Amino acid sequence: MSGAVSPQAISARTTAVELVDASVRFGGVTALSKANLHVARGEFIALIGANGSGKTTLLRALHGLVAHDGRRTLGAGQREAMVFQRPFVLRVSLRRNLLIALALARVPREERAARAAQALQRVGLAALADRPARALSGGELQRCALARAWAVRANLLYLDEPTANLDPAAKREVESLLEGFARDGMTVVMSTHNLGQAKRLATRIVYLDRGALRADLPTAEFFAAHGLDARADLFLKGELPWTSD
Amino acid sequence: MNDIAESLRLALQLVAQADAGLVRTVALSLAVSGAACAIGSGFGLAAGAWLAVARFPGHRALIVGVNTLLALPSVVVGLVVYLMLSRSGPLGSWGLLFTPGAMVIAQTVLVVPILAALSRQLVADALRDGGDQLRSLGASPLQAALLMLLHERWAVLTLLLTAFGRAISEVGAVMVVGGNIAGVTRVMTTSIALETSKGDLPLALALGLVLLGVVGLLQAAIALLQRRGHLGSALAGAR
Amino acid sequence: MDFRLTRRRVAAALLATFALAGACAQDRSIVMASTTSTEQSGLFPHLLPAFKVASGIDVRVVAVGTGQALDMARRGDADVVFVHDKAAEEKFVAEGWGLPRREVMYNDFVLIGPTADPAGVKGADIVAALTKLADSKASFISRGDKSGTHAAELRYWKAAGLDAPAARYAGYKECGCGMGQALNIAASSGAYVLADRGTWLSFKNRADLAVLVEGDTKLFNQYGVIVVNPARHPHVKLALAQAFSDWVVSPAGQAAIAAYKIEGQQLFFPNAKP
Repeated sequence: MSGAVSPQAISARTTAVELVDASVRFGGVTALSKANLHVARGEFIALIGANGSGKTTLLRALHGLVAHDGRRTLGAGQREAMVFQRPFVLRVSLRRNLLIALALARVPREERAARAAQALQRVGLAALADRPARALSGGELQRCALARAWAVRANLLYLDEPTANLDPAAKREVESLLEGFARDGMTVVMSTHNLGQAKRLATRIVYLDRGALRADLPTAEFFAAHGLDARADLFLKGELPWTSD
Repeated sequence: MNDIAESLRLALQLVAQADAGLVRTVALSLAVSGAACAIGSGFGLAAGAWLAVARFPGHRALIVGVNTLLALPSVVVGLVVYLMLSRSGPLGSWGLLFTPGAMVIAQTVLVVPILAALSRQLVADALRDGGDQLRSLGASPLQAALLMLLHERWAVLTLLLTAFGRAISEVGAVMVVGGNIAGVTRVMTTSIALETSKGDLPLALALGLVLLGVVGLLQAAIALLQRRGHLGSALAGAR
Repeated sequence: MDFRLTRRRVAAALLATFALAGACAQDRSIVMASTTSTEQSGLFPHLLPAFKVASGIDVRVVAVGTGQALDMARRGDADVVFVHDKAAEEKFVAEGWGLPRREVMYNDFVLIGPTADPAGVKGADIVAALTKLADSKASFISRGDKSGTHAAELRYWKAAGLDAPAARYAGYKECGCGMGQALNIAASSGAYVLADRGTWLSFKNRADLAVLVEGDTKLFNQYGVIVVNPARHPHVKLALAQAFSDWVVSPAGQAAIAAYKIEGQQLFFPNAKP
């Protein structure tokens, strides 16, 4: 693997989450092989790579949703939330979805209504609070998922290609929300196809290829493309095949 | 064909006259089966949700077992409950045999497997779609399963109607545990059985038509409610 | 979730109401095990209201086959038994399940068959009729359900020399069903069947059937009433059950029985010993 390790000192107080030697196999396919990733608090990491390179599996392994044979450490006081590519909402109103998320996060009953209202305000969905959540558009669904994360006071956020299916306006809305969250101190790990987005938002880029982490650099260094892994270089230039073989 | 036309005429006549005995019999049918479904849904839906997420050695065998109970003959259920509630049986001191309470118990036993097996399938399918995301929100497997029951409440309603249909149309269980006592435990299906065995076939068929009519009205009312529910979401901009 | 909890509460309330309703109504009521043929004759809606007026007691009739009725009583699920199989009744009392048996009334059996009578059994001798039937190609429907009617039927076959009619008579068919059902089957397949006159008179689906053999004294069908023995089943409502037994053999009860008619014909003939 080329590139330097994370510049932050690796210590319990600054770790958001860490994965050591994690491998994930589905049947005969290795989705992730010996992944080592340390995420420090406050970082904004973009995971890039072709389809099938293991970005989603890495995110799920970090979040603890998939079994692996390595070691996963969650920093003290870290509250996680994940925004999936197609957020799942229950067939109830938007507001009720938030209230349920707050209940699942064991927020005291008296606080739930207020926190839900604030979260909807924060992401600009207050007007749609009583609409059926299933009736929301793609961009509105992403913002709903972000509202859920914000409402439960998550400080570690995973996102799986959040703007892949959105039109430019919706994409800008989501990106601006993410920038705001990052400014407020949230740690973000986001997978994306959009290199421009990665360059704009992330503090650090991790490149995956066929289940392995091949590059892990601060953004500026990564895009300066000196001494990069050959395949990473090709990927940047857009000359890699569409999916991993 | 003559018999059927005659029965149709008789059925309409019965409804028009609204004879007190008939009204009481219909009311008892609805009450017994309704109560059985209400009670059964508590146990059945909870069991279904639990089965969808339980992972212990033998849980698959348990699912096969529950699915097999879908074919429980109603008269077998009646016999088992009869033996339990009989004075010589373990629960004889409850004194419930030959009362509507016994009929409710028997029909509850009959509908719980239906509700459990079908809701399990429902919840398992829904969890395939969104189970991970609910877990990500902090839901335990059982919490996620119960949330899916809320999520799929219209499908659950159809399930309840299926169970109700099974209950109100069965005759084996209520005949054995109720005794078909006139004015006390005689319901529509046992009345039909009695008239059939007395040879009064047009009346038996007419009673059958009345029963179908009553259940049909119930279904129509529920369908109307459903439309209003969906219409509400449609007006709100459903896609 | 809130609404599931509400539903469970509603259900619990309903069950409690049913149990309560059941319990209250049971205060002045007894359960009587009787037979389907008696129920189908229509006697009870005529007789029991008269008893209720006289005593204020509700009689709840569970109508099954005689064998089943006696079994029910053995299990303690009935307070009084009202059936028509003297041998089985006496055995029941001898085994200690019931207090002494009292005779109440009798009706008679009739042999029913197609009006054309292909087996040529018409007459007043049941044994001769069955003998002819066994040698014919016609079918006979037996209830085969341990009922009083079934027991009587087997006695007549035995008297005609057939201990196991199914073995020697090809047209013998057992349905394991009640009287009305058996008549239904006979009506639709043009078969012969032994029925009690009461059920026959109230039977509406006669098709081509008619009474072919009647009047033989062997065909008389004696009814007995037995109170279930409280020594074996302490929960039996002795006083109420005894009240019924006393009333049905009393002049008032016997008169009520005699007064029951279908199409002007008296069905049951009271013969309680004074």
